[in-house]
Amino acid sequence: MSLLMVEGLDKAFGGVIAARAVSFALEAGELLAVIGPNGAGKSTVFNIIGGQLRPDAGRVVLAGDTITGLAPRAVWRKGLGRTFQVAQTFISMSVTENVQMALMSWHGEAASLTASAAGLRRAEAIGLLGLVGMAEAADRPISALAYGDVKRVELAIALAGEPKLLLMDEPTAGMAPKERAALMQLVAGLARERKIGVLFTEHDMAAVFGHADRILVLMHGEVIASGPPDAVRRDPKVRDVYLGESGLAAANAAGTAP
Amino acid sequence: MTGDALLAVSDLTAAYGEAEVLFGLSLELHAGEAVAVIGRNGAGKTSTLKRIMGLLPARAGTVRFAGHDITRLAPYRIARLGLGYVPEERRIFTDLTVYENLEVGRRAPQAGRSAWTPERLFALFPNLAAMQGRRASAMSGGEQQMLTIARTLMGNPRAILLDEPSEGLAPVIVEQMAAAINDMKQSGVAVLLCEQNLQFATAICERAYIIERGEIRYCGTTAELAADAGLREQYLTV
Amino acid sequence: MDLPFLVTQSLSGLASASSLFIISCGLTIVFGVTRIVNFAHGSFYMLGAYLAVSIVPRLLDLHYSLPMFLAGIVAAAVVVGLVGVVMEVVLLRRIYRAPELFQLLATFGVVLVIEDLVVTFWGPLDLMGARAPGMRGAVDILGNRFPVYQLFLIGTGVLVLALLWLLMHRTRYGVLVRAATQDREMVGALGVNQAILFTGTLFLGSFLAGLGGALQSPLIAANSHMDIAIIAEAFVVTVIGGMGSVPGAFLAALLIGQLQAFGILIVPKATLVLVFALMAVVLIVKPWGLLGRPEAPATRAAPEGIANLKPFGRVERIAAVLALGVALLLPVFGDAYLVKLGTEILIFALAAFSLNLLLGNGGIVSFGHAAYFGIGAYAAGLLAIRLGMAMLPALMLAPIVAGLFAALFGVFIVRLSGIYLAMLTLAFAQIAYAVAFQWVGLTGGDNGILGIWPPDWASGRTAYYYLVLVFAVAAIAALRHAIYAPFGATLRAARDSAVRADAIGIDVKLYRLAAFALAGAAAGLAGALYAFANGSIDPTLLAIPLSIDMLAMTLAGGIQTVIGPLVGAAAFHTAKDFFMPLTDYWRLLLGLAIIAMVLAAPQGLAGGWARLRSRFSGAPA
Repeated sequence: MSLLMVEGLDKAFGGVIAARAVSFALEAGELLAVIGPNGAGKSTVFNIIGGQLRPDAGRVVLAGDTITGLAPRAVWRKGLGRTFQVAQTFISMSVTENVQMALMSWHGEAASLTASAAGLRRAEAIGLLGLVGMAEAADRPISALAYGDVKRVELAIALAGEPKLLLMDEPTAGMAPKERAALMQLVAGLARERKIGVLFTEHDMAAVFGHADRILVLMHGEVIASGPPDAVRRDPKVRDVYLGESGLAAANAAGTAP
Repeated sequence: MTGDALLAVSDLTAAYGEAEVLFGLSLELHAGEAVAVIGRNGAGKTSTLKRIMGLLPARAGTVRFAGHDITRLAPYRIARLGLGYVPEERRIFTDLTVYENLEVGRRAPQAGRSAWTPERLFALFPNLAAMQGRRASAMSGGEQQMLTIARTLMGNPRAILLDEPSEGLAPVIVEQMAAAINDMKQSGVAVLLCEQNLQFATAICERAYIIERGEIRYCGTTAELAADAGLREQYLTV
Repeated sequence: MDLPFLVTQSLSGLASASSLFIISCGLTIVFGVTRIVNFAHGSFYMLGAYLAVSIVPRLLDLHYSLPMFLAGIVAAAVVVGLVGVVMEVVLLRRIYRAPELFQLLATFGVVLVIEDLVVTFWGPLDLMGARAPGMRGAVDILGNRFPVYQLFLIGTGVLVLALLWLLMHRTRYGVLVRAATQDREMVGALGVNQAILFTGTLFLGSFLAGLGGALQSPLIAANSHMDIAIIAEAFVVTVIGGMGSVPGAFLAALLIGQLQAFGILIVPKATLVLVFALMAVVLIVKPWGLLGRPEAPATRAAPEGIANLKPFGRVERIAAVLALGVALLLPVFGDAYLVKLGTEILIFALAAFSLNLLLGNGGIVSFGHAAYFGIGAYAAGLLAIRLGMAMLPALMLAPIVAGLFAALFGVFIVRLSGIYLAMLTLAFAQIAYAVAFQWVGLTGGDNGILGIWPPDWASGRTAYYYLVLVFAVAAIAALRHAIYAPFGATLRAARDSAVRADAIGIDVKLYRLAAFALAGAAAGLAGALYAFANGSIDPTLLAIPLSIDMLAMTLAGGIQTVIGPLVGAAAFHTAKDFFMPLTDYWRLLLGLAIIAMVLAAPQGLAGGWARLRSRFSGAPA
């Protein structure tokens, strides 16, 4: 059985169809990229899996558990770690406190009125920061980090819940070009090493074609193609999506397309 | 480069909080000209227009328009200098009627220029004429897109920034839109058009920039771009 | 109940709805465009009443006629509108981008200033306005007498609604206001100068407030307390109607007017409870009010509140020991006055500290924290007097009662965020105040209850001081521990990013509710201690001015630090106790101080200390 199974997701917002019969599966240790133009339904699919939205029909199964319609905090307990398009961190805290917070929550200690939060799970947190190459910055305020480093810390936060699946919404958005490849390499390495499935959206085609094992192309809420990068790259339908439908059709008709 | 450009952007950077989106971007738009900025989702097209319009805070670089340094001006002052902005999300005032939406955009024309009136705009966008008194919330996406352009024209701009006007529209509406924008261009309004749809951009613009990851990667005529499959392969296809 | 009676009852409900609408729609228009909740709106209403008292008789002396009366009413409203313009240009313009807490406080500073100025100009006595020529009598409606002036008010309300509709739909200004209410930024990008639009809006809103006050002047004597009373009602109307919505305000005013007119027949002494019930029902179904829109979540570069929590350093530890030492020895070297002052400082320090658990630690802007202080005081007082309970058990039970009420109100409050949340805390506080005020049988009404004294063993000033010291220090230490514990960290996490907190398994609302109950209980303990210290309870203990005092203490100390509120409480209460007897302009000075603080030093005293410390230790601020 696959790690993540998405089956027949439908979602409409007041008559506008955002997802229609979206189905796919993701294996442990695999990187699956979801691409498509704005409004294609990427965010809708992500938010349904992450628990922010409830689908009109269909279901999401993570490691054998049906998680459709669960709140984000419940989905997290089932083994889903998430990063956001604009990094979401606790900006008043230090780098390590950010990760400690996630660890405290994972171990059911967040409500404690007796313990002292400062030293709790600190060693574990620094261990996770080591994984993402941020151990040296452990005691710096997270607000003082460069954005690329914040995204790494966010990854460490997502890893605190021992996730089986990482949901990453545009992991390299807002990063300087030179930081992007390094982050994607880090994610790919972690996924393979720890058998974590990674589902990500991305506009940076270098990141997508360089690192994804498989690619899923969405258009008007429907899956129009999926497969390994080379197959998707050659798919004429996919080219349409990125050049604009009529644009490429016209270009092809004119015989100027390769 | 040349100093006589209507709109000149040089070495512009911009960020949303910590997240950087533009990295030293430069481009020019001359009076009466139509120029496309082409790129994929997330390449920085919308951020470029927002930064020009003063809707994103200034970091580095300069923006000059019609002889004024507008890098740090408030959006309303930029608009009053004659730069119109049509946002991607359209941002129609849905509680207002079509006519009222036009009223919000109304500004007296600069000396010696003929003024856009609702009547002239209804001629340009015939669909709008029939629904002057209707609430904008009851309009289709294409009609809203026409209204947002018409609303901006009511300010009698010398140049207009258009953010993906063809997005999400049916092909037949896209054709009408291209025709309307060309009419508008004929009347002397310069156009800076952000697009993913190359055919649409080619139908309107003489020149094009390709933007990728917040930087300009290519600058040339749309004819060259249409003829050069290698270029498109490199920057625009997956 | 026969038909004629129902008709006149309904008409009197319409008359009060009409007045309420005129006032509330100004508040809601100003909020819609500027996103500032203008506390001073109630002060503008009061100014309108006073100005009418001064202007109308002079005009009637010139020529005793209805047109002269109306001219006087309009003139008063225009003057108030101009005062609003001054406020926009001098103050609001500088704080449009400030956090809501600071905006609310700054406009409350204006409330204090105007209150003192009004007393200075018009004196402390209530002043009745001139009655309208030709409208002094009553008419016969289905056999019942109904005052003509009430009919005139109904007509005026409808007229104002009609004129507002014309203004909003038939003028360029109105179209711009409606557009700006929906999307301010886009209006700017289309070339509209927002500064002028905002100034015009403040004129309109203040004019309406002034008009509302002037129209009441023949009915209610102008007095210097009518500002707070009306602003609370106007807040409830805007919360129910949906903030920023004029039709919503109209609908809500109608509902409340009828509810009060007929509610008084069913539960004569609890009309405000009915209004509360209405508000609760509306907010359960529609958290943003009848015709309101959800507020887009604010995105901020830095949180307002406790940042970068650090344990006490050596300097702070020495200072804490010294402070505790001084506190322990105070009765030894201090006189009776100092001991009394010390008792009050300890009590308010606890109250301010509990407030900052919400404000600084949880990012929950509570504008009605006095409610829980007051509920604690009333619980202790009522248990002692009505049930004859001993002091210590009463002191133990009072915080539980306050905590339960905080939890009950909190259920509604934590569903919202930002300015809506702040408004709702205020509305609940005002309801608690109204219950204490109205339920005379239980609470003694305005006079409160006297004779709440400690037992003999604790009745001496010094003995009670030490009792307060033990309770307050223990409670503060416990709260401080909670702030440093995972619970406190989780609250800060939820404040910094609710999205991220949710994504790592934290039930944000539940934590915020727990914090609200905990802070309410702690404030309740402070209130109970205060009841036994003063020997009495009265509604001022739940009133808005006390909530503002607590906010001022907390802000003076700085909400960015854990101990700031303690420093702030000591400084604020000492200053108040010292200066208040010396000047007639205490409120004026306090108001100006609050405005200055918001404009110049939003970090507070302890925040300044934290900055100094980081400067000298070389760490980044």
